[in-house]
Amino acid sequence: MQNYLIRRMLLIIPTIIIVTIIVFLVVRFVPGDVIDLMVTEMSQIGETRAAEEIDEEWVRHKLGLDVPIHVQYVRWIGGILTRGDLGTSLWTQRPLALELQKRIPVTFELSLMALIISILIAIPVGVYSAIRQDTAGDYVGRTIAIAGLSIPNFWLGTIIFVLPAIWWGWSPPVEYIPLVKDPLGNLGQFIIPAIIMGTATAAGLMRMTRTMMLEVLRNDYIRTAWSKGLKERVIVLRHALKNASLPLITMLGARIPGLLSGAIIMEQIFCLPGMGRLMIDAINNRDYPVISGVNLIMASLTLICILITDISYAWVDPRIRYK
Amino acid sequence: MADVVTDISREELAGLRRHNPVVDFFIRLVREKPMGTVGAAIVLILLLVGIFADLLAPYGYNDINLYAVLEPPSRHYILGTDQLGRDMLSRIIHGARISMYVGLGAAGLDAFVATLIGLISGYFGGKVDLILQRFVDSVIVFPALFFYLAIMAIIGPGLLQVTFCIGILSGVGSSRLIRSAVMGAKQNVYVEAAHAIGAPSRRILLRHILPNVFAPVIIIFTIAMGAVIIAEATLSFLGFGIPPPAPSWGGMLSGAGRRYMVDAPWMAIWPGLALSLVVYGINMFGDAMRDLLDPRLRGGMGGMGAYGTEKAKKALAKKTKKDRAQ
Repeated sequence: MQNYLIRRMLLIIPTIIIVTIIVFLVVRFVPGDVIDLMVTEMSQIGETRAAEEIDEEWVRHKLGLDVPIHVQYVRWIGGILTRGDLGTSLWTQRPLALELQKRIPVTFELSLMALIISILIAIPVGVYSAIRQDTAGDYVGRTIAIAGLSIPNFWLGTIIFVLPAIWWGWSPPVEYIPLVKDPLGNLGQFIIPAIIMGTATAAGLMRMTRTMMLEVLRNDYIRTAWSKGLKERVIVLRHALKNASLPLITMLGARIPGLLSGAIIMEQIFCLPGMGRLMIDAINNRDYPVISGVNLIMASLTLICILITDISYAWVDPRIRYK
Repeated sequence: MADVVTDISREELAGLRRHNPVVDFFIRLVREKPMGTVGAAIVLILLLVGIFADLLAPYGYNDINLYAVLEPPSRHYILGTDQLGRDMLSRIIHGARISMYVGLGAAGLDAFVATLIGLISGYFGGKVDLILQRFVDSVIVFPALFFYLAIMAIIGPGLLQVTFCIGILSGVGSSRLIRSAVMGAKQNVYVEAAHAIGAPSRRILLRHILPNVFAPVIIIFTIAMGAVIIAEATLSFLGFGIPPPAPSWGGMLSGAGRRYMVDAPWMAIWPGLALSLVVYGINMFGDAMRDLLDPRLRGGMGGMGAYGTEKAKKALAKKTKKDRAQ
């Protein structure tokens, strides 16, 4: 177990270094004409920083493009490691780290709710589909799952806005309600986007559950359990699902990037001030430090989630633990 | 010498095949996978509509008619019009062409990049593999949409940009599937034999390994097609994909149109329905294809030929067993 953990941790290091290089290069490749455009746009809204002269030099300096590339990288990484400085927004002049403190909980809450909803849907349907393979119920479940994979989230979100508005004159709230202020109102606001995200994630998860269960159900020990005369419920839950759930844990980890991607769309449609909104606003404002900062955080969060799933997998599965 | 060996095995294979493998595949598809056939039909319709969009659409996709703004579906405008009086049906038909371009282009790039990385990483193994896989790892930890958005923010919107951005980035993720298939194919005795007679790596890769991973490549292409079409639609929906007035299905659901959707729900319904139907068809087809080309059914032989007939499969399995025993 210890060896496994150490090896797993060591493999993370090169990955994280390459991630930082990718994120770093994103800002490096900002085309020159975009910088000219930024100068024009920013001088128009110049009142916030009237004291400073806004020209190409200023923008380049703010982007950190005015020194050699390796110096830029070291300076950037050094800032993150020593001061937790992820950069400063070109528009609000506020450190990104402060902004993230408000944004991450929103995206986290949304994704967590979606994840729970997807598990609640996927596992029972997937298990049913597997133990009743090739029956009508199985076909219905699988067809709905593929439909869930095919219907784009943003369309469902749009429809949820349009149809209830036409039928009942009701539309989801578009003003963000903080959790601490009004927990119920907050949950009510998050539940619709979370359900949409959750069903989309559930579709893939359900298919995996079904495949894993089918594989496990073919094993000899399941036949033994049947011939011992055990009840179906016991066999399915205790003998089969327990074993099938191991690979499912890793697959849950692999779903997390997709879940976070879905959060962008839902935050945009339902006006939730999370990481996705931050990203979209940053792109609209050509706020490159924010774009790279958000990407770095998202990639790191995903990496941590995958690491946690890997470790929990090893912890649950004795075959890995004792290797 | 290497040529002689390949020729003999090819002749043997030809003797075992009864039909063209592609024809065989479609016969099996229709016989065994009804839903996959429906999916294949939807894919075919998408391609036909995309190719003949100019002939099928009653109006141009950007024909503005300010006298017929936000008209509900009628005889003149079967699916209604949008806020600029543009015919929804014509826009959906032309949108099929965009989805077709993106679907084929980005999925093709995806499969190409995946094969390239997968072949190199899987075949050479060792340090090459270790380093390449760290790159692959670091690309796939980015939530895809965040990464696409960052790239689009730099290269700017457009059909070509979207296709390249989505195709290349998703290809990096798909490469892991090819890599493991290559690592499996590498174990074959004839690869060792090719090595022994001094065949160069390039030749082994192209003639002995590539045909073996052909099935996963096709599967990746098919499955990626649905995913890249959704990715393009999502980017266009968020306003960073294909800019208006191009009738991207995702773009039609975004921006200016959103304000009018409560009064003109057809504007919200048709593009999404078209998108969902097409992706549903592709996914169904892809699923059926994966079942039919299941890599686990593969004997020692590669390519689609080995999946031709039950008889061929059995004969091949027997032959491989015998070869291994010797």
